[in-house]
Amino acid sequence: MYPDNFKYTKEHEWILVEGDTGTIGITDHAQHELGDIVYVDLPKAGTVVEQGKTLGSVESVKAVSDIYSPVSGEVVESNTELTAAPERLNSDPHGTAWLVKIKLSDPSQLAGLLSAADYKAYLGE
Amino acid sequence: MQSASALQKTSLNETHRAAGGKMIDFGGWDMPVQYTGIIDEHATVRNAVGLFDVSHMGEIEVRGPQALDLVNWVSTNNAAKLQIGQAHYSGLLYEHGGFVDDILVHKVADDHYFLCVNASNQDKDFAHIVGQNRFDCAVDNAGPRLSQIAVQGPKALATLQKLTQTELAPIKYYWFQDGEVTGTPARIARTGYTGEDGFEIYISNDEAPRIWRELMQAGEEFGIKPAGLGARNTLRLEAAMALYGHEIDATINPLEAGLSWIVKFDKEFLGKKKLEEAKASPPKRKLAGFKMTGRGIGRDGYEVHINGAPAGWVTSGGPAPTLNLNIGLCYVPVDKAGVGQSIQVIVRNQPVDAEIIPTPFYKRAK
Repeated sequence: MYPDNFKYTKEHEWILVEGDTGTIGITDHAQHELGDIVYVDLPKAGTVVEQGKTLGSVESVKAVSDIYSPVSGEVVESNTELTAAPERLNSDPHGTAWLVKIKLSDPSQLAGLLSAADYKAYLGE
Repeated sequence: MQSASALQKTSLNETHRAAGGKMIDFGGWDMPVQYTGIIDEHATVRNAVGLFDVSHMGEIEVRGPQALDLVNWVSTNNAAKLQIGQAHYSGLLYEHGGFVDDILVHKVADDHYFLCVNASNQDKDFAHIVGQNRFDCAVDNAGPRLSQIAVQGPKALATLQKLTQTELAPIKYYWFQDGEVTGTPARIARTGYTGEDGFEIYISNDEAPRIWRELMQAGEEFGIKPAGLGARNTLRLEAAMALYGHEIDATINPLEAGLSWIVKFDKEFLGKKKLEEAKASPPKRKLAGFKMTGRGIGRDGYEVHINGAPAGWVTSGGPAPTLNLNIGLCYVPVDKAGVGQSIQVIVRNQPVDAEIIPTPFYKRAK
């Protein structure tokens, strides 16, 4: 369920780092807790984000949830297809429903994130 | 947040857990917010039939030769107009004209009325009614011994009819009959909170899990599903039905809530004086429906601006699954409540465009 090559946060985001760029999304646990997702708000390319600060938001029928950036850096791409099909976050949260790609400004931050095993333990699975 | 053990449970709690219901703390009650998903459950009720556990709702029985006098004194609608077997929507008001609660009044007999009240208000309502009882009525809090199941949707009648000898088709909207379901005594009311046809049945706690199971079997051919409080809220919002704590509360009177139709000034009731004063002076605010025209979802409590200035607030807002729109109800100044008025809903500190539209947002084809 939770890929070993991802890193995770306690706020239920994941990041997959390839080179100096990280792809960020929300975890399967997050989408499950939210229920039917109907809206997503993402930052535009060029936006500078800080670790732990709000990156965007996801809304289900019932709830609004902020997304926090797992790392600091600059948004290089935002998944604009998701804006038109937010329900994809329920069906493929670890794949096609990624949120943004960020160029990392401080790769050392990755060391502080959770491994898949840590995250699963955190969820109590 | 209370711990799970401190939460109140309905007689169907184990049934929900076994069926995979996602449980939440709803005003001190451990209730299912959803099973398969809010959108799926919402569509099931609109297109087929859904089953809701609404046993957390309260029931208050008023009995005695002067039962009508007490009911009519504490509620705004005129219970004298009810026939035996008929029900209506009404308001319980404070002397200052704000809502204690919104209720359903059922006339069981000339000396017996049955009130259905909101879950989190039932103790307050009971104390309020007892406090006004100068009519020597017996007022009984029946909530703890009764369960209530709502069977809602175009296939509700066909589903429930399989389990009862009581003929359902002749029961008109907002009428009820004391009959049986699966041989067990049941008060069967053609009422609901979804904007669809359907029934609300009142049964004893110990029979509820079995009746629920039999209803699920009876509705299987129609695709029946259990539905949670999430779908109950999206369904009632599309139908623009008020929810206590949102559209109405102690600070709101029925006239501004668009509920003057449940206020009958040709009789005496607690709060009448203040409402007459309110009626005489121009009202300040009014409940209105809106749809989002910009990108964003207006939600409960969000601020409403008009021409850049604060003008009101959203009482209930969110996605309307049947309409594929983001809708809501809001209080705005009366002169700004007309259909077509542009408003802005403040979503995460950003104004997002919306427009006042007619309510109800959804009306079923008859």
